[in-house]
Amino acid sequence: MKITLKVWRQAEGEAQGSMETYQLDSVAEEMSFLEMLDMLNEQLTAQDIEPVAFDSDCREGICGMCGIVINGSPHGRYESPVPTTTCQLHMRNFHDGDVVEIEPWRAGAFPVIKDLVVDRTALDRIVAAGGYISVNTGSAPEAHSTPAPKLQADRAFDAATCIGCGACVAACPNGSGMLFTSAKVTHLANLPQGQPERRRRVKAMIAAHDANGFGGCQNIGECASVCPKQIPLESIAQLNRDLIASLFRADGKSA
Amino acid sequence: MASTTLSVHQKALRSTVVKKAVMAVTGLVLIAFLLMHMFGNLKIFIGPEAYNDYAEFLKQDLLAPILPHGWFIWIFRAVLLVCLVLHVYCAIVLWLASVEGRGKTKYVRKNRKEQTISSRVMRWGGITLFLLLVFHIMMFTTGTITPGWSGGLIEPYDMFMGAFSNWWVVLIYVVFMVVVCMHVRHGFWSAFTTLGANVGAQARVVLNVLAYFAAALLLVGFLLPPVAVLFGMVN
Ligand code: HEM
Ligand code: FES
Repeated sequence: MKITLKVWRQAEGEAQGSMETYQLDSVAEEMSFLEMLDMLNEQLTAQDIEPVAFDSDCREGICGMCGIVINGSPHGRYESPVPTTTCQLHMRNFHDGDVVEIEPWRAGAFPVIKDLVVDRTALDRIVAAGGYISVNTGSAPEAHSTPAPKLQADRAFDAATCIGCGACVAACPNGSGMLFTSAKVTHLANLPQGQPERRRRVKAMIAAHDANGFGGCQNIGECASVCPKQIPLESIAQLNRDLIASLFRADGKSA
Repeated sequence: MASTTLSVHQKALRSTVVKKAVMAVTGLVLIAFLLMHMFGNLKIFIGPEAYNDYAEFLKQDLLAPILPHGWFIWIFRAVLLVCLVLHVYCAIVLWLASVEGRGKTKYVRKNRKEQTISSRVMRWGGITLFLLLVFHIMMFTTGTITPGWSGGLIEPYDMFMGAFSNWWVVLIYVVFMVVVCMHVRHGFWSAFTTLGANVGAQARVVLNVLAYFAAALLLVGFLLPPVAVLFGMVN
């Protein structure tokens, strides 16, 4: 099929970019969206045009590297019948003659590095502030010695499926990273191993979230609707409960 | 203000989540007030006496003799004012954070599915609401604007009948109440979610149904008396 692509081009180090139009004549419907971009890049290289820079790694929906806004929705969520990452979106969801607009994640916390590639280390800084548990190294403890109730274990597992792609931030009218942060908080708050640092964690992660240029949450729900891993909106309520509760309880001398 | 010496606890206290919680609590207090106010206004249908007595009772006697006569209304006003100031202060600070959060470059194409109109006009709607609130207070509380009567403050019933016999005052109130209705529609759900009540998919449905109910109740309840007065159905 024929596809007209409008792609955001922004040179490295530039603050501004623009949409450029390219034509692809023989896109197969079995192609993934990224394979279609590979095809574009081969064509551009042959024409001596700089290829389009985009992120990808696993191409099987588990690493969180890929991520572009397709026709106005992160990961092309609204082109796809199921929640998806860009790498798992296939061209069968498009039609012959379609015009497809491609842009990078746009958020204050995610500066564009080049074309469709953005810097998402702000998410890493939120995790570094508290998205972990502290354990001494050594032999792994016997797993059965700390039973985790089934319901909480399931919640923790669901939240832990977050791949940190940043689609929630890209979709949010406030550029808020609350769904991401709440997934990490929910994950650890529901496990026995997460309890000792639970209060300090939520405080530190929110502090890092706010300090890294993300906006506040307005409970609009765009984030959860584009999440490839379907992290539910109620994770944010869990974060809010934990944060508010943490303010009223002492937590070590330094907290 | 952004000092590097703040402890984690202090930073958390100043976080967007806490500002949202302040907005939620103050917003819910304001909604509770609106519901009460709306219910009180319906007494216009009973007659001048009932309405004026009720207004008088609010001003002088509520909580008497615990409070001396005339005190209640001032405490009440102070509480509402504090709520409004905190609410608007947090709204402005969060608005600025959002502008930074969105970044400088806008999407060429946006395709948003989940958002409701109400949720996206909270800020401009809030500003409109505030301006109309000022108009409302200048009319019925301070007697600065007196459409349909003259000489500042008179009996509440007469002010009510006078004001709403003007079609344009009723029109302004229709706009006012639509704005309030939309603000409460998203605000009610958002406030409970901010306070942690959105515990699952079902809770989300329940909170949203309640939000629609509260918003519709305010819209209808507040607009019935003015419209009835305009069409001469109150006498
Ligand atoms: C009688 C007056 C008002 C009532 C009853 C009211 C009620 C509420 C409630 C319950 C919320 C939800 C809080 C939350 O998100 O957790 C809210 C949010 C909000 N209000 Fe108000 N409010 C009033 C006046 C105003 C005014 C004057 C402004 C002016 C700027 C304003 C701006 C906002 C904004 C920006 C939000 C955040 C929206 C969101 O979180 O989605 N409000 N309001
Ligand atoms: S490339 Fe790994 S999730 Fe898409």
